[in-house]
Amino acid sequence: MQPQTLTQTLRAVQPLWLRITHWINALAILIMVTSGWQIYNASPIFKALTFPAALTLGGWLGGAIQWHFAAMWLLVGNFTAYLALNVATGRLRRRMFPLSIKTVLGDAYAALRGKLGHGDLTHYNAVQKFAYLAVIVDLAIVILSGLVVWKSVQFPLLRALMGGYDNARAVHFFGMSFLVAFFVVHVAMVALVPRSLVLMIRGR
Amino acid sequence: MSLKLFTSRADADLIVKDAAKELKAPARRLFGKRILSLGGLAMLSGCSISDDKSVNAMLRKISSFNDDAQAFLFDPNKLAPTYPESMITRPFPFNAFYDIDEVPLVDPSTYKLTLGGLVKGKRVWTLDELHAMPQESQITRHICIEGWSAIGKWGGVRFAHVLARAGADTSAKYVAFHCADNYSTSIDMPTALHAQTLLTLTYDGQILPAKYGFPMKLRMPTKLGYKNPKHIVAITVTNEYPGGYWENQGYNWFGGS
Repeated sequence: MQPQTLTQTLRAVQPLWLRITHWINALAILIMVTSGWQIYNASPIFKALTFPAALTLGGWLGGAIQWHFAAMWLLVGNFTAYLALNVATGRLRRRMFPLSIKTVLGDAYAALRGKLGHGDLTHYNAVQKFAYLAVIVDLAIVILSGLVVWKSVQFPLLRALMGGYDNARAVHFFGMSFLVAFFVVHVAMVALVPRSLVLMIRGR
Repeated sequence: MSLKLFTSRADADLIVKDAAKELKAPARRLFGKRILSLGGLAMLSGCSISDDKSVNAMLRKISSFNDDAQAFLFDPNKLAPTYPESMITRPFPFNAFYDIDEVPLVDPSTYKLTLGGLVKGKRVWTLDELHAMPQESQITRHICIEGWSAIGKWGGVRFAHVLARAGADTSAKYVAFHCADNYSTSIDMPTALHAQTLLTLTYDGQILPAKYGFPMKLRMPTKLGYKNPKHIVAITVTNEYPGGYWENQGYNWFGGS
């Protein structure tokens, strides 16, 4: 563990707006994914894959759709605020960049050998930067493909971009899959470095 | 030499503080673990949150807000995509709230369609009268609320023409449908007047078979499947919210695509 300087201790590593948008996002994603699984079960894209009822939200298709199309406003509103504040405050540039393929591969290799330190929580390593940027892009894809599934007639350009209605469903599904995979690794890393959870609650 | 010689009063305080911190850390971890198990327990208890009355009321409110959002997004001049004959889904799936052997059989010789409510013109229609009107056909995608979709070919009369001949008040908010199988649904007026909204009498060039809604199905490629009623016997133009079979159970009313 590296000693923290006084300024680092006093200034919040994760500003209040970031912590608020992070936890609203967590809640919105939880509702969207669990209600989305219930909707998926009504007509599975892959016959062999359905989600256990205990992990779904809404009770039935109609209920799940009510949850899904209620939480979508929370997700999109919060995601927009998160992105806008990240760009406006310069946090995105400061904390996610510079980033190169070389450093990502280097840090990933170090992590695999168990040699990637997590001591300084004020800086993201290259693998973290890459993962966080990837999940931001993925969220944008999930939202846009969801918009096509919901309103395929009203958004012809977006529909074409997703490769048509049926394809948009597949994009939406794989976008969700990446999100869930990120969530699993994210929570595992928090379990390994519990201080990061405190950091996302208290800011320091 | 005793330890006392090396530790001042201030140092001792710091040591105690550090020790206290160390003690706190496991307690915190335990708290974190408990929160996680509480969350897990809440998840396992399943859908209890969906049974709560206030939660349901809130969800219904947001669903009706979504009706307004969809009415705002709906562009009366935007057409749903159409497809070549080669892309028609064969066989086109049968879908209803009952099994295929319970499909109602309507007698065409005695059948009459009635238009009621805010209409000033022709109220009672026979099938021959509808067949005598200009016919159009479309190959469009039927999208089910469950997520699956299928492409089909429907032919019939533009619904806006029927409403015009019936002298319907097109400033009214809703058009409601009652069906021979006791199904019901209702739509907004802008969608009723959309160029691709057809009162269909044929499927794939043949008289509409019973399984697809004989004697007629209202086909709207701008709306989800459950908004497209089959076996229609009565149509009502009204300003009072009519609801519908699925809508009354919680499906979104606008159901647009």
